Amino acid sequence: MATAGVRSFRACVAGIAAGSLVLVGCADSERGEGDDRNTFVFAGSEAPKTLDPFYASDGETFRVTRQLYEGLVGTNPGEVTPAPLLAESWEQSEDGLSYEFELKSGVTFHDGTPFDAEAVCANFDRWYNTPENQQTDDKAYYYGKLFRGFATGPTADAAIYGGCTADAETTATVTLTSPFAGFIAALSLPAFSMQSPTALEEYQDDAADNVLTTDYSTQHPTGTGPFQFGAWDQGSGEVRLERYDDYWGDVAQVDEAIIVQIESPRGRADALRNGEIDGFDLVGPADVAPLQDDGYQIENRDPFNILYLGFNQAQEPFGDIRVRQAIAHAIDKEAVIAASMPEGTLPADQFVPELVMGYADDVTQYEYDPELAEQLLAEAGATGATITFNYPTNISRPYMPQPEDTFNAIRSQLEAVGLVVEPVSNEWNDYIPQVQATEDHGIHLLGWTGDYDDTDNFLGVFFGQRSQEFGFDDPALFEEIAAPRSLPSPEEQEPLYQQVNRDVMDLLPGVPIASPVPSLAFAPEVDGYQTSPVQDEVWNNVTVGE
Amino acid sequence: MLRFVVRRLLLLVPVLIGLSVLLFAWVRALPGDPARSLLGERATDAGVERINEVYGFDRPLVEQYVSYVGALLRGDFGTSIQTGRPVTESFIDYFPATIELAVTALLFAVVIGVPLGYLAARHQGRWLDTTVVTGSLLGVVTPVFFLAILLKLVFANWLGWLPTGLRQDPRIDATHVTNFYVLDGFLTQEWDAAFNAMAHLVLPAIALGTIPLAIIVRITRAAVADVLNEDYVRTAHAKGLTAATISRRHVLRNALLPVVTTIGLQAGLLLSGAVLTETVFSFNGIGSYLFTAITRRDYPVLQGFILFIALLYCLINLLVDVVYGLIDPRVRAA
Amino acid sequence: MSIPIPPAGPSTTPGASVALDDKDLEGGLSLWQGAFRRLRRSPTAWCGAVIVALFVVVAAAAPLLTSYQPGSTQWAGDVTTTEIPGPSADHWLGLDRYGSDLWTQLVYGARQSLLYGVISTVLGLAVGATLGALAGGFGAVGGRFGTVVDATIMRLVDIMLAVPSLLLAVSIAAMLGQSGTAVVIAIGAAQVPVFARLLRGSMLAQGKADYVLAANALGLRRSRIVMSHMLPNSMGPTIVQATLNLATAIIEVAALSYLGLGAPDPAIAEWGRMLVAAQDRFDDAARLAILPGVAIAITALGFTLFGEALRESLDPRTRR
Repeated sequence: MATAGVRSFRACVAGIAAGSLVLVGCADSERGEGDDRNTFVFAGSEAPKTLDPFYASDGETFRVTRQLYEGLVGTNPGEVTPAPLLAESWEQSEDGLSYEFELKSGVTFHDGTPFDAEAVCANFDRWYNTPENQQTDDKAYYYGKLFRGFATGPTADAAIYGGCTADAETTATVTLTSPFAGFIAALSLPAFSMQSPTALEEYQDDAADNVLTTDYSTQHPTGTGPFQFGAWDQGSGEVRLERYDDYWGDVAQVDEAIIVQIESPRGRADALRNGEIDGFDLVGPADVAPLQDDGYQIENRDPFNILYLGFNQAQEPFGDIRVRQAIAHAIDKEAVIAASMPEGTLPADQFVPELVMGYADDVTQYEYDPELAEQLLAEAGATGATITFNYPTNISRPYMPQPEDTFNAIRSQLEAVGLVVEPVSNEWNDYIPQVQATEDHGIHLLGWTGDYDDTDNFLGVFFGQRSQEFGFDDPALFEEIAAPRSLPSPEEQEPLYQQVNRDVMDLLPGVPIASPVPSLAFAPEVDGYQTSPVQDEVWNNVTVGE
Repeated sequence: MLRFVVRRLLLLVPVLIGLSVLLFAWVRALPGDPARSLLGERATDAGVERINEVYGFDRPLVEQYVSYVGALLRGDFGTSIQTGRPVTESFIDYFPATIELAVTALLFAVVIGVPLGYLAARHQGRWLDTTVVTGSLLGVVTPVFFLAILLKLVFANWLGWLPTGLRQDPRIDATHVTNFYVLDGFLTQEWDAAFNAMAHLVLPAIALGTIPLAIIVRITRAAVADVLNEDYVRTAHAKGLTAATISRRHVLRNALLPVVTTIGLQAGLLLSGAVLTETVFSFNGIGSYLFTAITRRDYPVLQGFILFIALLYCLINLLVDVVYGLIDPRVRAA
Repeated sequence: MSIPIPPAGPSTTPGASVALDDKDLEGGLSLWQGAFRRLRRSPTAWCGAVIVALFVVVAAAAPLLTSYQPGSTQWAGDVTTTEIPGPSADHWLGLDRYGSDLWTQLVYGARQSLLYGVISTVLGLAVGATLGALAGGFGAVGGRFGTVVDATIMRLVDIMLAVPSLLLAVSIAAMLGQSGTAVVIAIGAAQVPVFARLLRGSMLAQGKADYVLAANALGLRRSRIVMSHMLPNSMGPTIVQATLNLATAIIEVAALSYLGLGAPDPAIAEWGRMLVAAQDRFDDAARLAILPGVAIAITALGFTLFGEALRESLDPRTRR
């Protein structure tokens, strides 16, 4: 005999069950229907920091700003070589100190104001006049690095910006005080996008305490790109972009582009399978094959990054080149790749990826040869030595998608030649200071994603000066790397950079491991996504369905 | 009553001050380099030096603490290393998501837990009781993130009955007024948005609410069993009042008191559980933000969020005490 | 999360000096002997005891149960991003993500959990009980000095309680760095408030008990009363709490690993770390996650069952 209590309990349970069925039904029904608006939903890994690309240096911010803004120079589709964009052509003076740009005509910003030579000069001047509190590397990083200095502050003397004149409505001339061979290539960076001077004037405050949260940076980004700003929901991180109908080029095929953030690669794959997104970036290595098997599209970018195992030569026994060579021979790069990186990743044999100008075909190779490794260790008297192996945890970088797995694979290979490995791991924000600002590390995993086609962007960063990361002092090498910078053109630089690559691989400050293939995944009905090694990916030709 | 509340609020002040000192000292005592963390791989010695100068990371410790407290009083809890946004703003932005989740989880725990506990007490020793007690034990000992992973795996990945993550399908162009998505859906009468948000809440709420559910079941059962054994209930029974009347009038009201007291405890469980659960479901709330801050060592966020959460936690406990005082006249008199 | 697992049965008031059961008095048994007798009759106790014993045996006899070394990643070469070798002749549960033998990891993981759990609970107990006893002892004695000591200690405890205990443990562990010791200290610290409150309550309540007043009147020194009478009377609930806390400590160790705190080696055999590593390999190896998770739950269950049974056996009001 069921008491009143038990009966009402059963009623409760029945009610909840019924309610759940309704919910499930409703959740499902949304997915099958097509919406009135044709939308492209894409998932990145983090929210953008700002929508003013001048103050950013992270891929997620650029992913969004590439849809909103364009620069004078772009890239050839799928390549890293510069191509005309808002500037139809340019002429460089003999001494490399003056560049004359012929601009496209009839281009307007999202707020209707015209894009012309005056706008170009307004942008260049704005960058040069960045207030001191934004000149730090966490804000105007690219300008500070490439143009060497600003109008004010401690770097004023080193600045290479000479000035800008608007010769005609569609002709602008930029002058430099010192040659900069990578100038044109640098202009393809999103940080140097052309922004509407009118909108900047009205909404942006370059001297603000936090320039990332100003009106312009969060609500009124205004460029010339195929999409214009719709909304940015800070609570969910979702950015909504709308088609800009007056775009000068191929008008966007979809009405709306939505960018959401899902932190874990697994979560992104799940959302794709669920139908809640149409595509995502940074596919986890373990998800690539299953997604392909289930009929989803996987697109690979040509790798433009490098993962290396660095040596701290200030710590024994890494000062001895034989030990470094031994470790290089002990590593089976193919096995490391199989254990921790996406399929199709190729091993690296120097510190720049193949696509970069300056890549040399004939650097010294260090084949996988454990016996030779043991022999070299014995010669150096380092058999059975204990080495510290630093690696980061809980982080995924495009050049290092799964650090723990990479660490593990290499560790077992080192142990196989008799070395004793002492692991030291740190969370990312502690790891960087640990391996770059202290002497307290042994071998470590790190890497770099290239910003644009310039060897200096790689080698200069790693070996341009003495650093605690690599712990060695070699003025001849630093000279060699600095020398090409003052040459006016990439063609003249190339042979010099090739020689640098050869020399670096003889000195062996580290072992380049691989250039992981970053992949994207899409739903079967998505078409028209053009990948780019430098992530110059604009979505105006993307279609979803039909 | 008012004096009670005021006294408790005043007691809060030294606690929070003590906490802020400890947190500040803690962050500054850590190894690591805020400037370098800000720049990541792009750090250069010159760049780091410049940042230290501009942001004042190299000023003496006391000076830093003073400006830290000054900023705190202005409501400025620092800026995240990860996102560059003010911590206060981020907290406010992500707050509704976690509150919505926590409230749903608590509702789930109470609506199912109280009746279950009551029934178990009424039928002590029989199979229902044993099942409930065993189940509640299992519920308490299962780590919340393990449960979240399992639930997601079974119901979302394998069976596909429920969504695997996010708060809402991005394609539903929902209007968000309060950022409580379900509420927003009802307010704007966008029923599909509301139901979609609810569907996304189901699995996370169940995962988060299971431990509170188990606890509430146990407490209710204990409290009801206690009351059932009280003399006055036996007297009522002897007098001939039916079981139904006894249960409704006497037992439930007295049994609810302990449940109310533990709601304060539940808040703590829900908040810390959120940190472990939200990430599994890509549910962008305070929990997943804090999870990322912990794993990436985003110290300003850690500092700020822990202070906020402490404040919240203390206020909730205060509220619970007040409610308890209202329900139980004996406490008010004290 | 220090989850104070509440009793499912009728309540006990912690701190009240536990009076003896009629039955025990008749048989001339002491409190403990009576409790032990009731314990032996309780099926919950047996369940719990068996699980705990199993856990301790596995932890202690780990080298006997497997011939491989823990954390040995010598088979890392067999693991790829798409496949983790499953059960085979050499590895009866297969490999884990880093190329270690899964069975070995599970078995040695028990050792880690036991170690971390016990040490952190003992730490929390020692510090917390001392603080609580001091606060309660001085508070019971009264006077200006006594009240001040009581109040100060309790304010300190309040600060610790202002933050949910998992987050407290996380902050402390993050501060102390990436090591197992940090985890142990952090979890121990998070347990201090619970024990402090328990002991303080117990001491305060007993301060009013007749036998204390009597002993005081008889002229016994206060410290003697505290050490020889009040403290032993608080043992019962303290031991119960310690057993229950051990269960939650084991879970908290796993939770902290999940958050990336703890020893730096990813191959170290610890159930929480194994869970973390298993998350994105569900499709090809669900066992990597399910096995450690179930192990954690069952071990915590064992301690909880036993602690529950202990609590009931020490409480003479439970007659069922």
